[in-house]
Amino acid sequence: MSKEKKTLNLNFGPQHPAAHGVLRLILELDGEVVEKADPHIGLLHRGTEKLIEHKTYSQAVPYFDRLDYVAPMNQEHAFALAIEKILNLEVPIRGQFIRVIFCEIGRILSHILNVTTQAMDVGALTPTLWGFEEREKLMGFYERVSGSRLHANYFRPGGVHQDLPRGLAEDIAEFCENFPKIIDDLETLLTDNRIFKQRNVDIGVVSKQDALDYSFSGVMLRGSGVAWDLRKSQPYDCYKQLEFKIPIGKNGDCYDRYLCRIEEMRESLNIINQCLVKLPKGPVKTQDAKVTPPPKKELKNSMEALIHHFKLFTEGYRVDKDEIYSSVEAPKGEFGVYLISDGSNKPYKCKIKAPGFSHLQSMDYLIKGHMLADVPAVLGSMDIVFGEVDR
Amino acid sequence: MSILHDLQKKINSELTTKIKHSEIRHDQLYVNIDCNDIIDVLVFLKNNVHTKFRQLVDITAVDYPEKNQRFKLIYLLLSHEFNSRIILSYSINEKELIPSITEIFPSANWMEREVFDMYGIKFKDHPDLRRILTDYNFEGFPLRKDFPLTGHNEVRYNENEKKVLYEPVKLEQNYRNFDYESPWQGTNYIKEINKKDE
Repeated sequence: MSKEKKTLNLNFGPQHPAAHGVLRLILELDGEVVEKADPHIGLLHRGTEKLIEHKTYSQAVPYFDRLDYVAPMNQEHAFALAIEKILNLEVPIRGQFIRVIFCEIGRILSHILNVTTQAMDVGALTPTLWGFEEREKLMGFYERVSGSRLHANYFRPGGVHQDLPRGLAEDIAEFCENFPKIIDDLETLLTDNRIFKQRNVDIGVVSKQDALDYSFSGVMLRGSGVAWDLRKSQPYDCYKQLEFKIPIGKNGDCYDRYLCRIEEMRESLNIINQCLVKLPKGPVKTQDAKVTPPPKKELKNSMEALIHHFKLFTEGYRVDKDEIYSSVEAPKGEFGVYLISDGSNKPYKCKIKAPGFSHLQSMDYLIKGHMLADVPAVLGSMDIVFGEVDR
Repeated sequence: MSILHDLQKKINSELTTKIKHSEIRHDQLYVNIDCNDIIDVLVFLKNNVHTKFRQLVDITAVDYPEKNQRFKLIYLLLSHEFNSRIILSYSINEKELIPSITEIFPSANWMEREVFDMYGIKFKDHPDLRRILTDYNFEGFPLRKDFPLTGHNEVRYNENEKKVLYEPVKLEQNYRNFDYESPWQGTNYIKEINKKDE
């Protein structure tokens, strides 16, 4: 007599602390083993792409902060680069360095959040408390340079909004001096921790081939041993002038991805340090008055500046008819913008390629055959933020 | 970038009639093809030793309501080996069924679902063509140009019925599209109000 197989359907989320946001997972369980996972996404869908079509180019920038809200500036970067390529804008070298500094700060922000919450998902609370103290300092830097801790709206096509305030560069340097100690502390808590290893080693293994087939990028790809980083292979801004290493995993499991992120944080510090040493003097945004507004003090005595200012903040600038894909290495992977301009002051279409979207798609493939308790571990190591998955 | 020029030559000589148009701009190769050839072209690009576009980056569509062939589909591919990108595109009519590429790239599954959700373009042989980003029971295709920015329905929680209700959008004030194409002439909505008064 054959035994009839019975599966249990379990609804995980949409409000669950281990879901890293609003994810609804329909799991099919055989005992404690997951047979099938069907992620339902879109609970945080805000129609970003539609909204951008109705806004001028400069009004569209803040929407990018709200995608992956733990590393806002990295995404503004992709949009700014797309427009710069179409308009052929040259970014002054100081502007490029400042952008790279803040991109790497964004990377550290994102990796701290991910590493520590991944640890929390498998039962360790302390790393979160230690890590978030550091994130607070980094968001302090965000605030000092842009006026807000999270939704910065700091990058502009052609540079950045304003120069670093006095003393900020020194404070970032001081942070870079102290932070390696914190990474070491986090590592003593996690890297050789028996429980952490039991929960992560050999869980959610991705082979090289599958990583390519499932459109993985960033740490998900590098964790499986593919040496690919857009900062190295298709360098943008001043990454060409900087020396840094790309950490690569061996086994493609959750633990390797954790190790990659830890190493990437160290490399980011290295990059920031180099930038601070090399940081040249000069303007921080392009001097093309058709794209960037004039300095405030000129408005009082220059008619020309007043007109430019008025035109920029009412009509905005026009972008020639073109199509372009531009991408950056965001903390979570390749973040890209496919921009279609039609010569007017608004984008005709702006498709956002978010790395988390493809990563989450592979949930079914990754979790099949694992235990129910591995779901948060795998989800944690994928580094999902719903702002960018749902857009 | 000479790699791209070599690539362009290679693709043009191997796929000859299948390529309608190709050009290089911004260090990217743009290739226009026919809808029916998409599978053949992708299989070639993925497996040929000189191209090796083994990763699908994204699929998207663009709506041109005034054109005969309303939608343009865009496929972005990346080759790690040759460090190059290619952008494939083709145009289709509104009702046309197009082949799904999930057999070649498994990751196309959700991307095609998103295109279906946003534009209502249907894919043949797709394993699971459901809506993905919008609400359950959502109607309409949000990224089409004729879909209003405010949408058709709004939701609110009704205290008496103790449930969430869907109602047609009621705006206290019409949506104002600040069209500053020429700031001196005023925006359209003001012109409309002036016309009514006259």
